[in-house]
Order: sequence, then structure tokens, then C-alpha cells
Amino acid sequence: MSLSATTARPSPAAPPPPDDSSRRRRGKLLNRLDVKYSPYLYIAPFFLIFGAFGLYPMMRTAWMSLHDWDMIGDHTFIGFDNYTRLVSDEYFWNALVNTFGIFALSTIPQLLLALFLANLLNRTFLRAKTFFRMAIFMPNVVSVAAVAIVFGMLFQREFGLFNWLLSFVGVDPVDWDGHRWSSWMAISSMVNWRWTGYNTLILLAGMQAIPKDLYEAAAIDGASPWRQFWQITLPMLKPTFIFVVILSTIGGMQLFTEPLLFANGNIIGGNQREFQTLAMYMYEMGIVNLNTAGYGAAVAWAIFMIIILVSLFNFLLVRRSAK
Amino acid sequence: MISASQRLWRTSPLTYVALVLAALLSIYPFYYMMVIGSRSLDNINDVPPPLTPGGAFGDNFGRVLDNDAANFLTGMMNSIIVSSVVTLSVVLTGSLAGFAFAKLKFRGSNALLLAIIVTMMIPTQMGLIPLWGMMQDLGWYDTLYAVTVPFLVTAFGVFMMRQYASQAISDELIEAGRVDGASTFRIYWSIVLPALRPAAGVLGLLTFMETWNSFLWPYAILTPENPTLQVSLSFLSYAYYTDYSQVFAATAVGTIPLVIVFLVFGRQIIGGIMEGAVKS
Repeated sequence: MSLSATTARPSPAAPPPPDDSSRRRRGKLLNRLDVKYSPYLYIAPFFLIFGAFGLYPMMRTAWMSLHDWDMIGDHTFIGFDNYTRLVSDEYFWNALVNTFGIFALSTIPQLLLALFLANLLNRTFLRAKTFFRMAIFMPNVVSVAAVAIVFGMLFQREFGLFNWLLSFVGVDPVDWDGHRWSSWMAISSMVNWRWTGYNTLILLAGMQAIPKDLYEAAAIDGASPWRQFWQITLPMLKPTFIFVVILSTIGGMQLFTEPLLFANGNIIGGNQREFQTLAMYMYEMGIVNLNTAGYGAAVAWAIFMIIILVSLFNFLLVRRSAK
Repeated sequence: MISASQRLWRTSPLTYVALVLAALLSIYPFYYMMVIGSRSLDNINDVPPPLTPGGAFGDNFGRVLDNDAANFLTGMMNSIIVSSVVTLSVVLTGSLAGFAFAKLKFRGSNALLLAIIVTMMIPTQMGLIPLWGMMQDLGWYDTLYAVTVPFLVTAFGVFMMRQYASQAISDELIEAGRVDGASTFRIYWSIVLPALRPAAGVLGLLTFMETWNSFLWPYAILTPENPTLQVSLSFLSYAYYTDYSQVFAATAVGTIPLVIVFLVFGRQIIGGIMEGAVKS
């Protein structure tokens, strides 16, 4: 049933007394204005604040990226020079490789594990469901800063728990922040720890939306649980899986806090930039070095383009492979 | 002979083994935080590493409070203020706009809603550099305005409240309010807002956690003299000679409030997250 201005009007069968009519008319006018225009007032806060502090800065990033922009004063228009500079900037490529390395090491195992855990949690007669869901989600409650601090200690060279555990299998202590591969692994483990549970819950929600009678029918036909997982769960889960992959892509391409704190606040990420990510490089160029803000803005737009490309690529990949 | 459906829904012990293992891995770092935070400095570097809590938590946290470089109490206070204000605002503006989109008719509402949904996909980090400059121009550098005002509204808040309002509130209820002569705002305040309470609660919890835990922007725009809690923690851990007992005691104190909130409201939070996932 639709709602319109007429609903609130008094019935025409009962005309108002004449002495009251002007007040009544004014009331009716106010009422009509209220119904017609007040919705705009209710949505205005979002558009005003988001416009000023979300959309506008984003547009301005694009504008700045076309300038030799010094945060203190000078702005000279230089067209696409910042972008051509990017192409031959070895630190940019280094950050790109690091970001993709850490992204692959965190996203792939994480999503596989989340899929596995969600499948376990999806059992109908599972006991202590709520307990398991809460326990697995709990890492997401802690701040990234806290995670990075705790894992930083676990990955300490001399007294860290991981090197101590490795010593049992005869592996020498690893200098976790001293090499590319080891720092990538350490940082990925923080991301994995914090986000696996979240993705598990999202995938679980997707699984629970799949009609149960599909499984019953398959079981009657003699399909094993494993086969049911491949032939029913995975294909039906595709939209949720694409959603999760795109969220992980956006997060992975913007990775900042974990590597920054792992480097004890050093924005270049390790002595040889072993784990400087794109977001760290953007921060270094745009905020730490105020005179290269225009170049930093170009890095920001490059990250945005990369996010779109990688999301699109993943989207096509997932759509094809789960056919 | 087991029937097909029994075979289908059977839960094997291996399932529990895997889930318990996952749960332990998820919870262990919290425990580790407590272990190191409550050990005295000279036995945290022991080999093998300590595995049980000690009794030095008070001492360690005392050192946090004495540490002038970290401004832990200021950080705690700032985080409480910022998170509360942001949460209150996101819930109010979100429910107001969500109500408008779900239950009121106005020109362009579909296009405007679509615009909001599209903005959810924009990574906000992309505006970081100009936003930093804008804050300088506004004179908001190193003030709580900088970490509060830009976050007073969220697209997610509007969207979530709209979804809930369109299911939970009947048109008849709103019409009844109109017949009684209530203004639209009155209807929102006395009828809609109370009906939205469950969703508002979940949105509030999620917003509070996110604000409490945010790092990058506060780190960029606040100085160590006036930090939020997370920024304060990061400066504690940067110290040249890292006093891990102190850092972990502080980290635990900064984390425990959220863990308690989560233990109390976890069911609702998880419900909200899973529900949001299916619809989006």
C-alpha cells in the first residue's frame, strides 16, 4: 500500500468549521511541505559530509596528480608527467611487487581455509555453533595495531615464539624482517589471522542461503558429501565468493598498518624496502614528503586503478572457474 | 542402515577437531597478550618463552601510565570520545536516511540510494592526501575534529538501516501516525526509531569497534601528544629499547573493553554481519 499526502487529509464529507479555516489551511500546507520535502533533509547529512570529506578529496586527488604539487605552496600543472614518472620508478614497482606478494600469501590460503571452516560450520547438527562462530570471529575484534604489535613479538628474531618452535625441527632462527619472503610471510600471517574468521562467516551466510532440499535430493541420489560440496555448494556460493574476493582485493591493495608497525614505524618498510606496500609508498610520497604531494596523488590513483583491474580479473576468474 | 538424510547431516569427530584447533589459534594471541603483559620484563626473553601468566600486570601497566612519551590516558580518553560521538551520529543519520529511503516517497530516491551504494565500493584511502591538506587549511590538524567529523556518516549505515526499516516497519503504522497528525520527524522519533532498535544496536556496535580500532587516519593527522589509543600503542612499541611487558599490558587494556563487548553482544554482531552479507 502506498503512502501519499492525501492520506492525512480530513475526509471531504466533514468540512471544517469556517472560523477555523485559515489555520487549518496553513496546517495543511505545512503538512504537504513536510511530506514532500522533509525526506531530503533526512538524507542531507550523508550527502553533505560524504561529499565534503569523501568524494571531494577523491576528486581532488585526481586533480593534484596532474600537478607538481607542494603541500606548502607551489602547484604547477604538468599533465600526466607524474604518471609517466611512475612507470620508471623502481620504488613504485618494488612496492607493487611487495603488495602483490603479500596479497597472494594472505588471500589464497585465507579464502581456502575460510571455505573449509564455513563448510564445517554449516553442518546442521553441529554442537556449540555459536561458540565456534564467536571464537573464529574474535580476531577481527582486535585492532590492526594490536595485532601487529603482538605478532611483531611472536616473530622476534632472538626470543620470538615462532623461531623457538622452528628450533624443534632444526631450523635456524629466521631474521623475519630482514628478507623479502620472510617478512611477506610474517605480514600475511597477521592478515590471515585477523580476517579468516570474518570471511568464514560471510561464506557461511552464503552457504546457509542455499536450499537444503538440493542436498537431500543429491544424498538420495547417492552423492557423497565431497561431491555435494563441489557440485552444489561451490556453484551456488559463487556470488558470495565473488563478494569476498573483491573485499579482500580492496583490503589487500591498501595494506598499510601491519607492514608499517612490523617495520617499527619506518615508512620505507625494512632497510631495503623489502616490505614497503603501495599504500606505504603513497603515504611516503604524499604525507611524509610534503613537496611531492602531486606524485603521491598519482600513486593513489594508480592503486585505485589496480584495485579495479584486479577485482575485474578475479571476478572473471571466479565466474569462469566455478561454472 | 543409515538413511540418506542421516548420512547427510552426520557430524564427524574430525569436524570438531578442526574447529577446536581453529578456535585455539584464534584465541591464542589474546592469551599471549595476557601472558607477556603480566610477566616481569626480565623473564619475557626466557627460552623457552613463558606460557603462563605471571603477577606483574600492575607493575607493567604502572609503567605505561608513567610513560610520558605515549600519553596512554589521553589516548584512551580521546578514543572514548571519538568512538562515542561517531557511533551516535552514524546511528542517527543512518536511521534517519534509511527511514526516508525505505518508507517515504520523494523524487529521485532510487537514484540517490544507488549513489550511496556505489560509494560503498570506493576505497576512502584514495582521498587521504588532499584530506590531510584540507585539515591543515581548516585548522583541524591534531584535533579531534579531524578524526570525528569525516566519519559522522557512513554509506553502510544508511544502507543497513534502509534494509531493516523496509522489513520491520509496516506502512500502516506510519499512516496511523499521519492520521493522528504527527509530523514526519515525529513519526521517525516516536515510531520508527524504537522499531529500528535491534538493527541500530548492531550498527552501533560495529561502528564503535571500527572507530576504536582505526589507525591510518588518526596516525596521519594526530601527533603523539594528542593521540587516539591505537596511535598511542604504536608509539609505545616504536621505542628504541622495546619494553614488551609494558607494551603488552597497554595493548591488553586497549583490547579488553572490545573483547568484553564482543562476549556480551557477539551473537547479535555475528548475526548482523552474516545478514548484511546475504543481502549485499
